Amino acid sequence: MEEQGFRGLPVGFDSSSFLDCLRASGRFSSSPPPPGPALAGALPHATTILALRYDRGVVMAGDRQASEGYQVASRAISKVLPVDRYSCVAIAGAAGPALEMARLFRVEIEHYEKLEGVMLTTAGKANKLGHMVREALPMAMQGLVVVPLFAGYDPDAGRGRIYKYDPAGGRYEEEAYHANGSGGLFARNALKMLYREGMDRDEAVKAALRALYEAADEDLGTGGPDFVREIYPTVFTMEADGVLERTQGDVAAYYRTFVEGLRKKE
Amino acid sequence: MPFYVSPEQLMQDKAEYARKGIARGRSAVVLRVNEGILFAADNPSASLHKISEVYDRIAFAGVGKYSEFENLRKAGIRHADLKGYTYSREDVTVRSLANAYSQLLGTAFSQEVKPLEVEIVLAELGSNGRPDEIYRISYDGSIFDEPLLAAVGGKAEPLSALLKEKVSDSPPLARAVRLLREAFGELSGTPMPLSQMEVGLLDRSLSGRVFRRIDSSGLARLLEDGS
Repeated sequence: MEEQGFRGLPVGFDSSSFLDCLRASGRFSSSPPPPGPALAGALPHATTILALRYDRGVVMAGDRQASEGYQVASRAISKVLPVDRYSCVAIAGAAGPALEMARLFRVEIEHYEKLEGVMLTTAGKANKLGHMVREALPMAMQGLVVVPLFAGYDPDAGRGRIYKYDPAGGRYEEEAYHANGSGGLFARNALKMLYREGMDRDEAVKAALRALYEAADEDLGTGGPDFVREIYPTVFTMEADGVLERTQGDVAAYYRTFVEGLRKKE
Repeated sequence: MPFYVSPEQLMQDKAEYARKGIARGRSAVVLRVNEGILFAADNPSASLHKISEVYDRIAFAGVGKYSEFENLRKAGIRHADLKGYTYSREDVTVRSLANAYSQLLGTAFSQEVKPLEVEIVLAELGSNGRPDEIYRISYDGSIFDEPLLAAVGGKAEPLSALLKEKVSDSPPLARAVRLLREAFGELSGTPMPLSQMEVGLLDRSLSGRVFRRIDSSGLARLLEDGS
């Protein structure tokens, strides 16, 4: 009786998961893509993302470029997406499925919070994302690999947390920092030099932006600060007050000063 | 059924049954204020909510039988999230949601032996030049478009009359909270403790998900600042 006017969910359906709801409504095809030649090279890929902890929370940043082989597919995509009041997800890998996963993940977390009246714990959210990555394994076997990075402020523990994933759905918590995507290795190396425990928010944001610059410098797929089109990396900070995005103006100002500093050295 | 009962009698009995059930409970009020749309309920429980977020700019208030309006609330959230995911977040509107509720309650009222003992209010904060919308949906599925305020449950009619006497246009938030507290107290005959008020606001100053709860310490601060 209850579901009649409401999108034909089966009678007695009761779950706090949006994915269950989506499946029950028959609008979600979870069948794996048909076998065939790998599509991977011909599709846009999201490149470098990173996250690092600081004293009161965690910062997450990503460059803005999507690459298709040696070509630029998009100059201004956003790879870091806010999930709820305390957390963000960043995506690397095949851009289409990855953005879709991030969107679904956001709805999933929000859906649970609204139905249950409480937020999932940070570990709960991280596990949920792990399940979603594992469910995408058949697509990963086709070359459409999606590797997200999850970061959030944990209000129970009073600190920031970072989780990384492997394409098979493995979930690992990182204590200090992590970077992923085609330029991830270079960004990680930069962060290794720049990171120290207990750094404050401004230092952490600067370290993140510097690491992205280094990644863009070494990796063809990663976009650096674009002064001509005024496109700069996205940066989010998460702490007890919630998720906050750094304005493009702020990021631009940092890079202008930074590049100026590089020139003087020559 | 062994005896003949005229349809009129049957409907009347059902309506009376539902009305009695709803009147036994406590009230909830949805009121337009300068800062947004205020949801307030007389609710002694801190965990069994009567008001809830539904979508970015939409919230829900339900009175009557808890299990029944809780089911309706969940169905509404599922409906909204499915729609928003399938199309776009902007395509979720309170009007379509209110219509779905109206259909559902109407069908239940005419087809089930026991009607649902609930009354609900849905409101959406206007944006991009669209006005605020408040809909009250009754146990039999009838739907009312309320320009300023909607009161449901308990002594809804005297409460609504009392409030309409005092507010003609959307008041400031602090004044609205004080008015509601006084009105709740006046109808129950005892002063209303802040801890018994469940309050939420669709906040005009926010973007994205604009619903936020105001707990009793937040209410106390609000009332202090406003006076």
